[in-house]
Amino acid sequence: MSDKYKVELLDIKKAFGGVQALKNGKIQVKPGEIHGLVGENGAGKSTLIKVLSGAHHHDEGRIILDGEDINIQSPKDSIEKGIAVIYQEFMLAPHLTVAENIFIDHLTQNKGIINWRNLAKSAHELLDTLGFGNISPMTLVSDIPVAHQQVVEICKALSRKARVLVLDEPTAVLTFAEIEKLSLLINQLKNDGVSIIYISHRLEEIFNLCDRITIMKDGEYVDTVITKEINKEGLISKMIGRSMTEMFPKRDSKTGEVVFEAKNICAGKMVNNVSFNLRSGEVLGFAGLVGAGRTETMRAIFGADVMENGEIIYFGQKTRFRSPKQAVKKGFGLLPEDRKRQGVLLEQSIRVNTTLAAIFKGKNKLGIFDARKEKAYVKDVLAQLNTKFNSTEDNASSLSGGNQQKVALSKWLAADCKVIVLDEPTRGVDVGAKVEIYKNINDLAAKGVAIIMISSEMPELIGMCDRVMVMRFGKVVGELGKDQITESNLIALEMGVA
Amino acid sequence: MEKVIEKKEKLTFVKFLLKYNTYIMFVLLFIICAMLSTEFFSWKNIGNLIRQNAGTTFMVMGMLLVILTGGIDLSVGSLVAAGSVFTAYFATTLELPILLSVVLAVLIATVLGTITGMLVAYAKMAPFVASLAMMTMGRGLVLFVANGAPIMLPENSIEWISTYKIIAGTPEQAQTIGEVTPLLGAFLAAIVVIMWFVMKYTSFGRLVYGIGSNETAVRLAGINVRRIKMSVYMISGLLCGIAGILSATRSKVGAPVLGEGWELDAIAACVIGGASLAGGKGTPVKALVGVFVLALIGNIMNLLAVPSYPQDIIKGAIIIIAVLLQTTSFRDE
Repeated sequence: MSDKYKVELLDIKKAFGGVQALKNGKIQVKPGEIHGLVGENGAGKSTLIKVLSGAHHHDEGRIILDGEDINIQSPKDSIEKGIAVIYQEFMLAPHLTVAENIFIDHLTQNKGIINWRNLAKSAHELLDTLGFGNISPMTLVSDIPVAHQQVVEICKALSRKARVLVLDEPTAVLTFAEIEKLSLLINQLKNDGVSIIYISHRLEEIFNLCDRITIMKDGEYVDTVITKEINKEGLISKMIGRSMTEMFPKRDSKTGEVVFEAKNICAGKMVNNVSFNLRSGEVLGFAGLVGAGRTETMRAIFGADVMENGEIIYFGQKTRFRSPKQAVKKGFGLLPEDRKRQGVLLEQSIRVNTTLAAIFKGKNKLGIFDARKEKAYVKDVLAQLNTKFNSTEDNASSLSGGNQQKVALSKWLAADCKVIVLDEPTRGVDVGAKVEIYKNINDLAAKGVAIIMISSEMPELIGMCDRVMVMRFGKVVGELGKDQITESNLIALEMGVA
Repeated sequence: MEKVIEKKEKLTFVKFLLKYNTYIMFVLLFIICAMLSTEFFSWKNIGNLIRQNAGTTFMVMGMLLVILTGGIDLSVGSLVAAGSVFTAYFATTLELPILLSVVLAVLIATVLGTITGMLVAYAKMAPFVASLAMMTMGRGLVLFVANGAPIMLPENSIEWISTYKIIAGTPEQAQTIGEVTPLLGAFLAAIVVIMWFVMKYTSFGRLVYGIGSNETAVRLAGINVRRIKMSVYMISGLLCGIAGILSATRSKVGAPVLGEGWELDAIAACVIGGASLAGGKGTPVKALVGVFVLALIGNIMNLLAVPSYPQDIIKGAIIIIAVLLQTTSFRDE
């Protein structure tokens, strides 16, 4: 049975700390097949691929190549076995030439000296077979367009004799014409017998390209279907497929006055004329695919990035936050999406983390830290969020993901924020902690705090929000009222299927 | 509501060793020194050690601040020279009053440090590069001002700081127990206490640690990170200026070659004291211990008449051992 598959991953389990990212990962790819891999954010697609590429080592499960069990310990093992993964962010050295990048791990055929003429020649031959003979092997990678960089990545994989090629969201950064060209290329590789795993959020592409599709949800394998035998609606229902559980605590939302208004916000390429308003006590969701510009919009408003254009009306006054400092001073807080890199100081105490934005709260009249006063205050704030911790003096790194997130949130509570942006507040926390965080959000809203919640999890948006703005390619493409927030409405707007 | 999520860590012997490795190393070294040489454990020798390292300690405290933010200041040696040379230049060459000369010299070192800080914080230059440039410029500046040669300080100007006696002993007592000249020691103690207080009890200290731990998170918490980053280099310059003057009280000259290579000793002292070059980790008291670990090594080998090249080999080895011990203790967490 298994000998007809080129590569198989079976019963893959992988946990990060306490979080089970993969419960039952499975994918079986035939030779010369384009195999789609779909699922919501956090479904475990990337983790599964990273197990195959050797970036992560699985806790349990089998990897089978050509019918034989193989052991992949590192990316090197994976490459040597002819498996190549092309990630969303390219792994190219921008200051080296195209040729050098293609042959990066075997630049010298002999004697440790680079023969530039041969190198350029082999690079050109390789590029030519893919129909990209016009890319000069001796230009720097930083000087060629993104689409060509992707071709270079594919050449790099082929130069290593890759027979299994994984493309993770390959079209996220490409224009329409470039996508067409990439499709041709992928089909050509398929005809040469290469097995291709194609991950994408864009269902049109999946349907155009793939022979079969594997669906994942919540770290588990759902199904593998033949593309011809399913339609978009069928695929979407398999991707969602969950019943709404008792995840979301009930809340009587009492929204008040409009406290915040953004008009025509522009920032960089990712934010284009975004407008919305927000009422006190409201939870306003921001939906969209990764890269839709939601985080960028909020960062621009918060002053963390430059806001090129647009207007903010904050409590009836025209305002502009030129730095996070100004925003925080006026009671506008932002909980960043990347908790470990932007949210908490892992190697500092819980106490320091909690009073970071409201440092004066821990001080006595002389402006000197009063340990007893500060500890009492910190305990009080953390108790409001039901945070579980041992001592206020422990490092934040000693806490679980959910409690770290609460500590990160606590600093805005301590700073008496009136508007708080939560960027993916429950990413990477387990289900129990999620429910706790939802409760915290509801409590804040009940106190009249206006909340913006960026989320890529649909049940969360449906269960929590009074209203949802949907963004796509840096623009607001829709606004859904409480009764209109459904998974099919969200997906349709996010993917532009409607 | 508080739930114990982790059992209280048991302090096993190994963990004790790892946690207090800086202090243990110092105590061990001290005992070894006392056993190896009878001269070592005398008031005279210990007093000398303290006096010699008063200036160094000022410089190391500045370096520590910078390292805590995740930066590095290679210009400290040159700025120490600036403190010393400009004092002598103003007081001797320009014949200004000594107090004014001292203040101006410290001011110049502070301004030089501030320039480095502005390059790092506002021009986003890598600290290594900005301070490397300042190190070169600073050295050039003092050599230029001093015309390449040491400048004598005026007689009876500031050397009293290093020779001031509380108890005027007889010459015989001075021979046996050494003179009790505590002012430099008092300076040393004062700066460590001030630093300890600032780091523990003020927002500035806390934010310095915060920036070293996670600069992005601190910025997103609405704090002006750039101002703090600039000020650590400024304070480093200020402390180096003072260090240069303290050094001049002992040598009685403004020496333009003073402090060459000191930046590396300063980094070594911080690192032995458990500071992480990535920032966010290290304390003033431990850095002080780091200063004296290095000083003890030098001192005992001088007493035993070990030539200077092997001294450096041993010094390097001690740094490696200290850091190895610390990385082991991190892994343990």
